[in-house]
Amino acid sequence: MTDVVMPQMGESIVEGTLTRWLKKVGDQVQRDEPLFEISTDKVDTEIPAPAEGVLTEILVQEGAAVAINTVVARIGAAGEAVAAAPAVAAKPAPAAATAPADAQAQSEDAPAPEPVAAPAAAPAPAAQAAAPEPVAEEPAGPVSPLVRKIARENNIDLKLVKGTGAGGRVTKADVDAYLAASASTATAAKAAHGPSAPAPAAPTPVPAPAPAFVRAPAPPPEALPPLPRPEPAKVRLEPMSIMRQKIAEHMLLSKRTSAHVTTVHRVDMTQVARLRARAKEEFRERYGFGLTFLPFVARAAAEALRAFPIVNASIEGTNILYHNEINIGIAVALEYGLIVPVIRQADEKNVAGLQRSIVDLAARARSRQLKPDEVSGGTFSITNFGSFGSLFATPVINQPQVAILGLGAVEKVPVVVDGDAIAIRSLAYLALTFDHRLIDGALGDQFCQKVKQVLENWSDQVL
Amino acid sequence: MRKLELRALGRISYADAWALQQSLEARRKAGEICDQLLLLEHPHVLTLGRNGHLENVLLGRDRLAELGIEFFEINRGGDITYHGPGQIVGYPIVDLREWKRDVVAYVRGLEETVIRTLARFGIEGCREPGATGVWVRDKDGQLAKICAIGVHISRWVTTHGWAFNWTTDLSYFRYIVPCGLTRPVTSLEALGIALPRAIVEQALVEEFARVFDYDPVVAAAPAARLTAV
Repeated sequence: MTDVVMPQMGESIVEGTLTRWLKKVGDQVQRDEPLFEISTDKVDTEIPAPAEGVLTEILVQEGAAVAINTVVARIGAAGEAVAAAPAVAAKPAPAAATAPADAQAQSEDAPAPEPVAAPAAAPAPAAQAAAPEPVAEEPAGPVSPLVRKIARENNIDLKLVKGTGAGGRVTKADVDAYLAASASTATAAKAAHGPSAPAPAAPTPVPAPAPAFVRAPAPPPEALPPLPRPEPAKVRLEPMSIMRQKIAEHMLLSKRTSAHVTTVHRVDMTQVARLRARAKEEFRERYGFGLTFLPFVARAAAEALRAFPIVNASIEGTNILYHNEINIGIAVALEYGLIVPVIRQADEKNVAGLQRSIVDLAARARSRQLKPDEVSGGTFSITNFGSFGSLFATPVINQPQVAILGLGAVEKVPVVVDGDAIAIRSLAYLALTFDHRLIDGALGDQFCQKVKQVLENWSDQVL
Repeated sequence: MRKLELRALGRISYADAWALQQSLEARRKAGEICDQLLLLEHPHVLTLGRNGHLENVLLGRDRLAELGIEFFEINRGGDITYHGPGQIVGYPIVDLREWKRDVVAYVRGLEETVIRTLARFGIEGCREPGATGVWVRDKDGQLAKICAIGVHISRWVTTHGWAFNWTTDLSYFRYIVPCGLTRPVTSLEALGIALPRAIVEQALVEEFARVFDYDPVVAAAPAARLTAV
């Protein structure tokens, strides 16, 4: 049996907060494998296991401040008995009602200012009280995030809690005292709901130091009527909108139908970016809308679809249905939804025309004024996740189409050009998801190369 | 005297920088490389430390995405923080066994590095008990944070580090409660000091080397900067 002790992490350090156990009781551990983490002064430190074996006992809970050289766990040889329960897990019965919230606060709030239920083995509870409290200043008076969190979880109005900290500040002890006071007036009702309340059959073997909320001064001085404390809701049930249901259905249908494969090509957009930068203002003046990368990509995709008509097809049973029109759907993100309006005969439009269609369709999609035939009949789709900062993604095919092109963010990056020179270029990743039932990888990549070739060799004159 | 290798990475995504830190950390532990200092800036990103509180993020994920702000939960100490253009971020990968086996002394050393750097430009930086980082008096005489610090240590090897506000757009800090503290944040620029980035970076590197006893400081070859090789 090997004792695991809180290590000395520096000369001036007398304690640390144990923030996380990386192993559970009963887990096999290797020597030098990270076992737990401690936190001091914004430094998180992983502590390795001192020996190989089975973690038989955890003596200190997450969130507790522990003095150095305190035994925090024991590692036994394989097969050694595992301790029934960590001693500190048992809490005094009156605290049952507050136990769940309190336990959560401890595990999430490492620099816990107040001494939390410390292990019996901890020799220096006094040192724990000296831990610096995170200071938070608010117009309403400084309150620590932990206190705010406890208050919120228990629906406490902090204005009703009497503060005993520096400058009348409400401390965790004050909130706990307030909670304990309101709990004791309604013990019968509350005692029933404490899922982690210790069973009477497992009494505390070691008299653990009383947690803060028991020790703290009892009721708040202004004898306010204790508030009824409703059980805080953990979940919320809400029906999906019709659009959400349709999207969910369509996504699953597509995943079940097609054999999705995504291929990614890197495209140099420098030429297009220059042209766009030059024409943007003129566009705004002449047409009343700006110029994005999307119409360039749509234009290039239309070229590639002409060259590879099978990417513009659908599957009908065991037949291939070639579409003679190139109708490109453009995915438009809505408030918690998605719609794909279609640009008809996209191959007959220039960049200005495509941009106009995109602006018009997107605006009407957002104001919900699209006509039904504007969202049907697409033969290929484009999605622009780059506008949300994504580099590349693996889009889902819009059935019954067989491919979708995704445009990633256009970013300036240093690249090696012309031998060994480094230059700054505007690059983007194009991701093509295709249905492998109909399109093989070689063809998918040829298609992408065509798109790439058009984009990289854009003539300055052509908009 | 110990050797420090400097990697100037320019603008790099949080994920890429984190992957690089991890591989350098592993190689440092294995003794394959000397101590490293990564200097860089991130695109807009919020990172939440191990002990952080999601409620200190004041925006939903959808809205963050709309604003082009990434979000990461990570293993350093500290709460929520913001990184973005105009920040000079330093990630030292240091084996503390070769300096001092003292994690708090290390953090104080990072603070010292920034305080000395500020002193070069005539600004008095200070520490705040219980609030790791470097603080200055802003134009209204209020204490404001100019540099955030958060560190992870595994087997005495450090990762993460500092985020110094050079010309950071401070409006992004409205979206969070930085490090759980509702105190103002400032930048060198906001203090009225307009200096080229290179000058500030050089000062930080020199002071870092002085505080932590490095000599020489060598620059990693450009090709090697982005890989752990």
